[in-house]
Amino acid sequence: MENYVFDGSFDGLMTLIFDFYVRKPKQIKVWNERDFQPSMFEENYEVITDPDKAKRVKTKLTSKLSKQGWKRFYCTFLSEQTEAYQHLFDFAKYAIDSNQNFESNFGNQDVLYLAQMDRKVNREKHHFEAFIRFEKFPDGTFYSTIEPKYHVLPLLLNHFKNRYADQDWIIYDLIRKTGLMYSKNEEKVIPIKLDFAPKQNHSIVKSFEPTENQYQELWKGYFKSANIPARKNTKLHVQLLPKRFWKYLTEKES
Amino acid sequence: MNFDRVNEKLNILADAAKYDVSCSSSGGNRKNNNKGLGNSKSSGICHTYTEDGRCVSLLKILLTNHCIYDCAFCVSRKSNDVQRAAFTVEEVVDLTINFYRRNYIEGLFLSSGIFKNADFTMERLVRIAKKLRLEHRFNGYIHLKSIPGASEELLSEAGLYADRLSINLEMPTEEGLKLVAPEKSHADVQKPLNFVNNKIIQLKDEKKLIKSVPKFAPAGQSTQMVIGATPENDFQIMSIANQYYNDYNLKRVYYSGFIPINHNDSLLPSIGSQPPLLRENRLYQTDWLMRFYQFNVHEILNESNPYLDTDIDPKLSYALRNLHLFPIDINTADFHMILRIPGVGVKSAKKIIAARKFGKIRTYQLKSFGIAYNRARYFMRCEDDQYQRLELLPTQIKNKILSNSQSKYIKNDPNQLILFE
Repeated sequence: MENYVFDGSFDGLMTLIFDFYVRKPKQIKVWNERDFQPSMFEENYEVITDPDKAKRVKTKLTSKLSKQGWKRFYCTFLSEQTEAYQHLFDFAKYAIDSNQNFESNFGNQDVLYLAQMDRKVNREKHHFEAFIRFEKFPDGTFYSTIEPKYHVLPLLLNHFKNRYADQDWIIYDLIRKTGLMYSKNEEKVIPIKLDFAPKQNHSIVKSFEPTENQYQELWKGYFKSANIPARKNTKLHVQLLPKRFWKYLTEKES
Repeated sequence: MNFDRVNEKLNILADAAKYDVSCSSSGGNRKNNNKGLGNSKSSGICHTYTEDGRCVSLLKILLTNHCIYDCAFCVSRKSNDVQRAAFTVEEVVDLTINFYRRNYIEGLFLSSGIFKNADFTMERLVRIAKKLRLEHRFNGYIHLKSIPGASEELLSEAGLYADRLSINLEMPTEEGLKLVAPEKSHADVQKPLNFVNNKIIQLKDEKKLIKSVPKFAPAGQSTQMVIGATPENDFQIMSIANQYYNDYNLKRVYYSGFIPINHNDSLLPSIGSQPPLLRENRLYQTDWLMRFYQFNVHEILNESNPYLDTDIDPKLSYALRNLHLFPIDINTADFHMILRIPGVGVKSAKKIIAARKFGKIRTYQLKSFGIAYNRARYFMRCEDDQYQRLELLPTQIKNKILSNSQSKYIKNDPNQLILFE
């Protein structure tokens, strides 16, 4: 068994698949560089990302997979889970070698893994479509920070672009230190990448923009009034609104 | 905007609107084509959940809680001594836009007490929706109440700006309604339901011929019934729901467990009595079986079975009453029958159908699909069926299943032995 190590990028994984078919080893173990710990007794192969090779594999895979199958593949990649890369490789190999449509063969463990991981990633995406809270800066920009379990930012782009076409907004991922910035005048989204994580500064926003504070108070008041105390159900509340989101939710601030 | 005054109004009018359970924002298909604000998501989004575990998707408020009617179950009834308030059109628009921009909500749910008369009230609701759509290019979700007795012109206009229209039956039967709200009748509800439904159908037909037909209430209509205030049984409730689903193509019927809110009322349960949450849950399960599991209401409830079981769900209860139909072989049975296995949901059933084309399905695969195997195994067969199927009686199966599961409604395990009595 040979270890194949790639740099963690999507093109890197594609190049890995290309190199596998060129070198034709029997069985390989796929590693993201991030998780790999070399051992003396195993053979290792380091993949060097090559956009041309990646493009050829992408073309092949998109021709073999349905639109949904390709989406599943990409979303599973965004999960960034250690074990996901092996499943992705085996799935891609299955796709390239197979002549029939196998995407609904849920008896196969890779097919099932991708189907289930795709659901998890999309659930996380949906959580952020729901739980992102914007705060208005004095210059009119709506600002929000997130800490998602999976790298869902690329999946959020279209949703927020369509929704808030007439306002400037920023969504910043504090864990991965990348963000999206939309400008209403240019009508496009620009990716941003910083080497440091900006600090949470609710208090600064509030002191600068008086109406921002008022709308937050109105929302908190509404949230309280909409509750029916006779039906109190804390377990369900926490199940539907997991505690990890609370620190970003305006209405859960005390 | 006077912040303190608006805050006070918002608290009063959100509090009065919260007994309307509908908060769904699904079914809307308005796209942001005009570089405006908002873009509907067809599945809807729940932006937060209150401490009672209900979703908050829309800004749900009354325009006013002044009302000319005196319905015994309603918190805003004329004779009730509560604070009254009314929003202006601008205030509602401003709140909706600013909440939406911060991603707090999917849109607006606007209801109202009846002031002066039906048309006067309806006209205000429509004016708000129109202003949001035309002046603010708002493409979020708008849910409006059809006011009983409002003119057809106003209903037609409402349908142009709203995504969903709803009107509440309040009590499941006419007799029940007459008891608590003598001024109202089900006929008043049926008229607007029927009018809007016909209009939707008519425009859908026109759409086939003409491309530029305007959207008309694209998310359809819904209604709500209060449960446990009047003495109807489950069979009556679900038959009525079924009838309304069929007659008016409703998207949803909501069941709202009655929460006593008014003192000194001999007609209704008194303040402090628990809302019937378990019963409400069972009714929703039945509703789901009818809409997504191809069940007919008579298979679940009928004259000899007018009440739903409280300790087990209606699907399991159906299976136990019809043991002669089981076990079902999941490798050969059709979709319709697989859906009837307790513990198998719609998604798992679809997975089974898709996966068995590639080979017979085994137990470990079934478990990884996410079905409730402990419940399902009494009612199904698969390729490597290891389960020894003894000739069990329905009560024995029920006890075995109950002893392996914990109901969220029963706090103390009834099977627990008591040492000292």
